[in-house]
Amino acid sequence: MSVSVESLNYQSRFSLKEWIFTTDHKRIGVLYLIGSFAAFFLAGLMAMLMRTELSSIGPTITENPNTYNVWLYFHGAAMILGYQIPALTGFFANYYVPLMIGAKDVAFPRLNALSVWLFWMGIVLALLTFVIPDPPDIMWTGYPPYSTMTPGNTALYTFTVLLIGFSSIAGGVNFLTTIMYMRAPGVTWNKLNVFIWCILAAFIIQLIFVPVLGVAVTMLSLDKYLGTNFFNAAMGGDPLIYQNLFWFYSHPAVYVILLPAMGLIYEIIATFSRNSIFNYKGILYGGIWGVVLLGGIVWAHHLYIAGIPDWMALVHVFLTLLISVPVGLMMVGLVGTLYRGSIEYKTPMLYAIGFIFLFLIGGLTGIPNAMSAIYIHITETYWIPGHFHYVMAISVTTAIIGGTYYVFPKLTGRMYHEGLGKLGFFIFFIGVNITFFLTLLMGVKGMPRRYYDYPQFPELEGIQQITTYGSYLIFVSAVIILVSWIHGLVAGEKAPQNPWGSRSLEWTHAPSPPPPGNFPRKLELTEEWSPYNYGS
Amino acid sequence: MKDRSVILGLILLAPIILFSTAHAGEGIPDPRAGWNELWHELMIDITLIGLVFAGVTVYFMVRYKRQRPDEEGGSFKLTPLGAFGWTLIPAFIFMADDIFLAAKNFELWNDYRNVPENAYVVEVEAYMWGWNVKYPDEGIEVNNEMYVPQGRPIMVRLTSRDVVHSFFIPDFRVKWDALPGRTTYLWFYPKERGEHVMTCTEYCGLLHSNMYGKIKVISQDEFSSWIEKNKKEGGAV
Ligand code: HEM
Ligand SMILES: [Cu+2]
Ligand SMILES: [Cu+2]
Repeated sequence: MSVSVESLNYQSRFSLKEWIFTTDHKRIGVLYLIGSFAAFFLAGLMAMLMRTELSSIGPTITENPNTYNVWLYFHGAAMILGYQIPALTGFFANYYVPLMIGAKDVAFPRLNALSVWLFWMGIVLALLTFVIPDPPDIMWTGYPPYSTMTPGNTALYTFTVLLIGFSSIAGGVNFLTTIMYMRAPGVTWNKLNVFIWCILAAFIIQLIFVPVLGVAVTMLSLDKYLGTNFFNAAMGGDPLIYQNLFWFYSHPAVYVILLPAMGLIYEIIATFSRNSIFNYKGILYGGIWGVVLLGGIVWAHHLYIAGIPDWMALVHVFLTLLISVPVGLMMVGLVGTLYRGSIEYKTPMLYAIGFIFLFLIGGLTGIPNAMSAIYIHITETYWIPGHFHYVMAISVTTAIIGGTYYVFPKLTGRMYHEGLGKLGFFIFFIGVNITFFLTLLMGVKGMPRRYYDYPQFPELEGIQQITTYGSYLIFVSAVIILVSWIHGLVAGEKAPQNPWGSRSLEWTHAPSPPPPGNFPRKLELTEEWSPYNYGS
Repeated sequence: MKDRSVILGLILLAPIILFSTAHAGEGIPDPRAGWNELWHELMIDITLIGLVFAGVTVYFMVRYKRQRPDEEGGSFKLTPLGAFGWTLIPAFIFMADDIFLAAKNFELWNDYRNVPENAYVVEVEAYMWGWNVKYPDEGIEVNNEMYVPQGRPIMVRLTSRDVVHSFFIPDFRVKWDALPGRTTYLWFYPKERGEHVMTCTEYCGLLHSNMYGKIKVISQDEFSSWIEKNKKEGGAV
């Protein structure tokens, strides 16, 4: 396919109608990006409000615990369902998959458009939280029987989850087909970018497990509004059934988030070390597929003290500990890719290195959680938010922000300001470590999570306050990051096709930004070609 | 290269070798002490692993920093045997640590789940938002406080009147969920007199964070007279 020079600039003529009816994978990606960053921004604002409320004992900025509970509900649900999953399996998957495998678009472009609009409907529904008189206050986990008894609006939760779930399933069908059948000649399975493998694995997990979540949240609303008794112990139901179904999905869901994030980090580290992936096949078959295999059979580690049989707890202790094997292999691969590389510390690379350290803390603080006896003390305390903010919330945010800096020249055709980028990173890194290391510490001291107030722990007020200051640093960094992007967008230098000197197709063969159809010339890949073919 | 792998392996195995010396307990085990001990070992274990990873990363970061703009890495390729080694050996090391930790966990878990025979039984019914504490043998009921005799294992039978709650005593390192329609249990061993917080750790709505009370450990004598006094008054609610 050949394209004239003007059409390379198609993105400069803005037409709302074109954007709404677009089936171009890059534009659909951008629609995901806007929605997910909006969710991140709002949910982040809730985090700032919560942290401010917690900075002193007694009412600080609201006298009504319900207000705090709604903030927390929105924060958790929006961060996971509205921000991280759509940013990774929506934006990055859409933007990169066709470009990295040398395709013109995804297999089902119109299904793709449906996915993104389902996602936006989910976002709009979630936003209703702030306008209806009885917003949901059931946390992102929605445990019954509280969720079926509360005056809060549980249906809003059910339908938000369902819409975003449908969006994910459509995405899964689309990307599995695309990766299997649309690779350019020469892009063979064993040469695929690690990121592509991660997306494939993530969508396989979604296709298997999302329906289970859909069933669980639907049963909640049936119980609450139509009088069924699935989870009502007084009528022969059992609240534990919900907990099993919920975590049967929601544990694997953390890998839906983690794998693509890891994939991004692999791409960034390979590019900025100009190095091939260390032990590609080992991390592929041992790491990624190991995670998929084990991810589905460890859910009961969320239920050790919920009333399950002892044997089940002990089996899940062992299986959960085994997760350290594939995840450890993936970490060895990341660090190994630095070995004998040629490392340049641009902003995306700083985020990638930051990821290694944050994920290390997050992964290692997960080991105590896996051990049922140790878990007894730390579960449902601040140790848990401490751990999962490190391992998921913050690590993955590092991958998303770093990945956005990395893709910035390709996406916008312009360069961001390196100085601003680095400044943002360092403030972010310091802020998250203050905030979440102290969160871990308070957990060991017994501070329970989901607390609006803590009069029973007066000794923790000082630490709580410093934690709040740490979170303000994160806010400052977010502003700097946003400014650096807006600045790059309007005043950045024109980006060359391959500013990083990467060997991956989206940099070597597609202009910045890529035109519709992506590649101006037919791809002709040699036998030696590989996205990590450095030093030869 | 080979030497380095061996040293790396040894460092990763160190925690396993260090702590495989089992501790022999006598009489009634105390889960709190067991928890503290295992926690301490775990922290050393994960800190060591973290330091190894972080140390290697920092070393590579400095050692392989780009010197000239046109410099490339990529000169290093694993042989098939090397790839196998770098998959199986780390996998083996992680798995060894896992098995070691699972075994340690098994011991402590049994201490938590096997209630000593001479335990004194208290019943707790959670409700939105408080704890109803019953002494079944004495016909006493109190709210949001629990008096227990020093030096005797205490077994708590848990249930809930409404939604799921979780009964947590941070000082004794115990916690268990209280569910409607089920009875669960936990036990702890108050060896000294004193006051401890008991508080809810499963989100249960509006006053979840205010659902707390005091556990008062008093001497056997004080406890007997407390029982007598409240029996006469027919409960102290
Ligand atoms: C940007 C800085 C962030 C700060 C300062 C922050 C802070 C907090 C705070 C204070 C809580 C509530 C603790 C409690 O009362 O139990 C919380 C809970 C949570 N956060 Fe964040 N958070 C941040 C980012 C994120 C991100 C990026 C995610 C993405 C997944 C995330 C996911 C969650 C979840 C799932 C919960 C638990 C909600 C629940 O208990 O139902 N957070 N966070
Ligand atoms: Cu899990
Ligand atoms: Cu509660």
